[in-house]
Amino acid sequence: MKGSQAIIKSLTDEGVDVVFGYPGGVLLPLYDVIYDSDLKHILVRHEQCAAHAADGYARASGKVGVCIGTSGPGATNLVTGIATAYMDSAPIVALAGQVGTSMIGNDAFQEVDTIGMTMPISKHNYQAMGASEIPQMIRSSFYIARTGRPGPVVVDLPKDVQEGELDYPENITIDLPGYKPTKKGHPLQVKKASELILKSKKPVILAGGGIIHSESSKELQHLSELIGAPVTTTLMGKGCFPEDHPLALGMLGMHGRVASNMIVDECDCLIAVGCRFSDRTTGDVTKFAPNAKVIHIDVDPAEIGKNVAVDLPIVGDAKIILSHLVRVISQTKDQGPPDWVDYVKSFRASCMPRISFDDVPLKPQQVIKEISEAVTDDTILTTDVGQNQMWMAHYFTSMNPRKFLSSGGLGTMGFGFPSAMGAKVAMPDNDVVAVCGDGGFLMVCQDLATVKEYDIPVVVCVLDNRYLGMVAQWQKLFYDERISHTKLKAMPDFVKLAESFGVGAYRVERPGEMKETLQEALKSGEPSLIDVMIDPDEILPMVPPGCGITEIVGEYKVERENPNEIPYRPSAQETGGD
Amino acid sequence: MDEQRNHIISALVMHRPGVLQRVAGLFTRRGFNIDSITVGPSEQDGLARMTIISTGDERVLEQITKQLNKIIEVIKVRDLDAEGTVTRELCLIKTHATSERARSEIIQYANIFRGRIVDVGPENLTLEITGTPEKIDALIDLLKSYGIKEIARTGPTAISRGSKTI
Repeated sequence: MKGSQAIIKSLTDEGVDVVFGYPGGVLLPLYDVIYDSDLKHILVRHEQCAAHAADGYARASGKVGVCIGTSGPGATNLVTGIATAYMDSAPIVALAGQVGTSMIGNDAFQEVDTIGMTMPISKHNYQAMGASEIPQMIRSSFYIARTGRPGPVVVDLPKDVQEGELDYPENITIDLPGYKPTKKGHPLQVKKASELILKSKKPVILAGGGIIHSESSKELQHLSELIGAPVTTTLMGKGCFPEDHPLALGMLGMHGRVASNMIVDECDCLIAVGCRFSDRTTGDVTKFAPNAKVIHIDVDPAEIGKNVAVDLPIVGDAKIILSHLVRVISQTKDQGPPDWVDYVKSFRASCMPRISFDDVPLKPQQVIKEISEAVTDDTILTTDVGQNQMWMAHYFTSMNPRKFLSSGGLGTMGFGFPSAMGAKVAMPDNDVVAVCGDGGFLMVCQDLATVKEYDIPVVVCVLDNRYLGMVAQWQKLFYDERISHTKLKAMPDFVKLAESFGVGAYRVERPGEMKETLQEALKSGEPSLIDVMIDPDEILPMVPPGCGITEIVGEYKVERENPNEIPYRPSAQETGGD
Repeated sequence: MDEQRNHIISALVMHRPGVLQRVAGLFTRRGFNIDSITVGPSEQDGLARMTIISTGDERVLEQITKQLNKIIEVIKVRDLDAEGTVTRELCLIKTHATSERARSEIIQYANIFRGRIVDVGPENLTLEITGTPEKIDALIDLLKSYGIKEIARTGPTAISRGSKTI
């Protein structure tokens, strides 16, 4: 068979039924085969959206997402999406066209060094130099993408390789002597960790995206309840622990919940699972969890000790290690430290953020509250990047893993809408809502054509404040309110914009309208857009860069009767601490 | 604890195009120091051995080792302890040498350092010397007074002493 046929056969053998792509000159052989194949191909309107859609597909389903871009500008457009997937450990395989092997290096038309360009932003990459390499290469790519710490793999496919002949092998063995991810945690380390946990009086669990990748939410909840440890999450971990649980604290870090930041500051044992201690999570690392012994569980040994000094590392799969820990601790222990649990609960209650507002223009808190009321626990929410993202992370109550998708590590504007598209394709039975800012959505709005053409019924909520809100927030807080180039003066009418693509659209301006409109949009079963006019002056309190996570600035609105009351913080004696 | 020191890192890697770029790129991207890097085929078919000399504290070294191990084409990585390691570098030195006296002195130095004269011209001599980087530095220092025209050094390569292998 031909190389291009082998590509499709390899994809099909890996269980791929849908790909997101954009054709081009050197991909003609591949697209000629796609024409006749059973593979569903979704033509995006920009390659960045192909990569984000594959990413959203992967994050929502746990399967490997696939995107295709042609050589040169197609591949460079994929790069942002590949880097996004890399930073957040999302398993995707990106297929890139390449000029013929005899032209490589000649600065041929639409040639770019895809391998060199994607080396630092992918888990691995391959360039096929002969058609016979294709079956094993694609098989290995999927294996690498989904195992260990997941990540993107790039396969560069020169045109003549797609046209070359090969005998498709009957058996394909994976031969990667340098790649053997550790799954089972070292038993001695697990034992030591259990001793450390049992000795602690104020344990806290910090749960990251690794919990979601390893499908270990249940094990996490067991451990938390067994040892009486409250759970805070990173942005990537949001949803891995039900946020209405009495032990749930919410997100930690720069834009995190006050309760999380204060409790981590106070804890004496921090059990970090599947997280990489990003600077957005820790703030100034020298002031991070100053009283705690740190246990770090991660499948990637290089994450341990990279940013935060660790007292006890355990390398391996979170699911296996957490259940092992639960087993060991259950044998020796009957209950967690009750004082600590009570203290955490009362402290959390004392600083719950205020979410109900009846102002016009709408407060984002109120908008998020109404979104929460309009959706179910099975709805998949995606966010873009910026204030919209942090408002969602802060105020939206997420109950299940794989239901909150956001670009954490790279902070990619334009992620929200195409990732929602990918998520909806992967999980057609779940409602999918993208919450975007006006700036980020405008970067990818051309793909309204895609959701229309393929009838992908996602609902895009544009939180419209005519600002690059997060950057403006920083300028307000840290640059003397010098709003340099963050006011969006000329903007489209988003309702008309959507309608011009044939996508139904609504505008929301007053409290109560968001919930109703979103429910109506979801019920319509068609792709739609909601333009939500929000208060441009609203900011979310935050930790300035370079500060410790307890050094929060900006006015924090607390849900309680007397707004002048200082949040309750018991002294060490009251909590029985040392 | 934060003491900076030289590390000799030996890595067994797949002998394929692009692997050197992957390794060198990793050092650049993560801000690790790279003093020298040498690579050549190993005793096993399809595998090459790299010797990387780097400077950094223990934390940096740990990250270098772990990050190198993440590269799929890297099979094994070891930080070689300087005491138990044989380190050699090859250097070619072309000196200015017109007078008879200079020529005979240079030849003598070459003998003392167990080097060899590998090329002779009317106005120059080229020496080959193998040894530790310090030994090569010493010879270069001696030859400076004659006028060095060109130096080509390979950077050190290393192997652990005794029966230990990686």
